[in-house]
Amino acid sequence: MVTEPLAQAAAAPAAAIKAEVRDLSFYYGDFKSLKGISLPIEEHKVTALIGPSGCGKSTLLRCFNRMHDLYPGNRYEGAINLFPDNVNILARDVDPIEVRMRIGMVFQKPNPFPKSIYDNVAYGLRVRGLRNKTELDDRVEKALKGAALWEEVKNRLDEVAFAMSGGQQQRLCIARALATEPELLLFDEPTSALDPIATGSIEELIQEIREQVSILIVTHNMQQAARVSDYTAYMYLGELIEFGKTDNIFVKPQRKETEDYITGRFG
Amino acid sequence: MQLYSRRVWTNRIGIALSMGAMLFGLLALLWILWTLFYNGFSALSWEFFTEDTPAPGSEGGGLRNAIVGSLMIVGMTTLVSTPIGILAGIYLAEFGTTSKFAAMTRFVTDIMLSAPSIVIGLFVYALMVATLGGFSGWAGSVALSLIAVPVVVRTTENMLLLVPTALREAAFAVGAPRWQVSLKVTLRAVKAGVVTGILLAIARVTGETAPLLFTALNNQFYSTDMSQPMGNLPVVIFQFAMSPYENWVNLAWGGALLIALFVLGVNILARVLFRKKSTD
Ligand SMILES: Nc1ncnc2c1ncn2[C@@H]1O[C@H](COP(=O)(O)OP(=O)(O)OP(=O)(O)O)[C@@H](O)[C@H]1O
Ligand SMILES: [Mg+2]
Repeated sequence: MVTEPLAQAAAAPAAAIKAEVRDLSFYYGDFKSLKGISLPIEEHKVTALIGPSGCGKSTLLRCFNRMHDLYPGNRYEGAINLFPDNVNILARDVDPIEVRMRIGMVFQKPNPFPKSIYDNVAYGLRVRGLRNKTELDDRVEKALKGAALWEEVKNRLDEVAFAMSGGQQQRLCIARALATEPELLLFDEPTSALDPIATGSIEELIQEIREQVSILIVTHNMQQAARVSDYTAYMYLGELIEFGKTDNIFVKPQRKETEDYITGRFG
Repeated sequence: MQLYSRRVWTNRIGIALSMGAMLFGLLALLWILWTLFYNGFSALSWEFFTEDTPAPGSEGGGLRNAIVGSLMIVGMTTLVSTPIGILAGIYLAEFGTTSKFAAMTRFVTDIMLSAPSIVIGLFVYALMVATLGGFSGWAGSVALSLIAVPVVVRTTENMLLLVPTALREAAFAVGAPRWQVSLKVTLRAVKAGVVTGILLAIARVTGETAPLLFTALNNQFYSTDMSQPMGNLPVVIFQFAMSPYENWVNLAWGGALLIALFVLGVNILARVLFRKKSTD
């Protein structure tokens, strides 16, 4: 069950790999939530994680930025190697802060800081020690443009972020993550709290920023996975059932479980 | 139908009883306030604020030394207990969720919250006054801080625990170290609540008499030297109210009114702040 997705990945064109999950298991205390997952993340591509609720999508995603380290009792087994330097980001001697400097995250619900729009975007840069005002201005503008938000907010950068609409807040969160120019960006159901129009603009955005950053996205919405992703991984009960090009997975899944899920026979 | 009308009546009786209880509480409060105003208002005058406490038997006088002393002691208490309380609160909410040390701190804080203030006064007396050679404003501030710190600690911790995990995780996700997440994001998110906690702590200690009786004692003369015994409103009220001199009793009423107004003002400020902040 584990070897197959790897084999399939190996068969894929030899594009650059941004990260590789190797036989990853994860425990919440005694509960084994991920069971020997292996999965490549290709550079400048969108990889979608799909599967029924509770299958471990968020858990897998949050391994990538060591979010689980914040809570006691959590344990990783196996590795996630980040390229080009081939470092195992789950290794004990790797500082989670360093990992988060390279891998950004956008959450399910928009969660701006109780600060101004400008300060939200600048936060990550300031954390990295950037103090120069003109450079901060430039990077904030660039990030907001990258998140297709600049035109809407350029005259109200000092306003508190909560005054924006949900969709705008989520794009602000994307800008906040983009500002630090991460190598890999994680999305955990980024549109599930948004209306269809806001969802559309976020999806468009994900397509665009793929140029700058590799993307791993969790989604409940199969159409969304089909629309935005290049690769899709189907998970079930903590295991990776199938991984492949999105076109193949949705048109001609190899495994019966995947097909059942995709055609809506369960989940 | 009969069942229905019985419910209606039960409801009415219930409402009547709780209204009665509310009125009783409200009436008591109004009565206290009215008595305070009635007796205290006439004492408020220019001399009340500019002259010092009179010697036994002498005419007139004011509470200048006690007002200044109280302001200094309470001000110093605020300066000391705000940072300590906030930092300890941050520790409990953000760092010590599972540690034994934090559990112990929490337990001790809870005990301190309900410790009788006279015990705290005696403690500081034994610790500072008896050993360092005398009553002082400092000792008074220390005693009041011991009362104020637990209040600030618990409100800070409780406020921080209300911060949604999503916000905290967002800050971690951009690579912020733990101390920055606490100080720059979560603490900011609950700023209004924490300030409210500090104001309530100030309101709480402003009227405390017992701890000051054993520590700052009193000073008949105007003094801003915190290493000396210091006049302060609660102790002056305590002494003057029970004296046979009419002007002393009057001053005591005035002082009591002053404290009540101050505490009322601080409470209203806390409410306004908290409401304004938590709605936007
Ligand atoms: N903090 C936790 N402690 C213990 N178990 C957890 C915790 N978080 C998640 N789990 C369990 O781990 C499994 C995977 O959860 P996860 O949140 O990754 O699912 P998911 O695929 O993201 O689901 P959803 O689509 O509902 O978000 C579930 O069985 C869940 O109950
Ligand atoms: Mg999830």
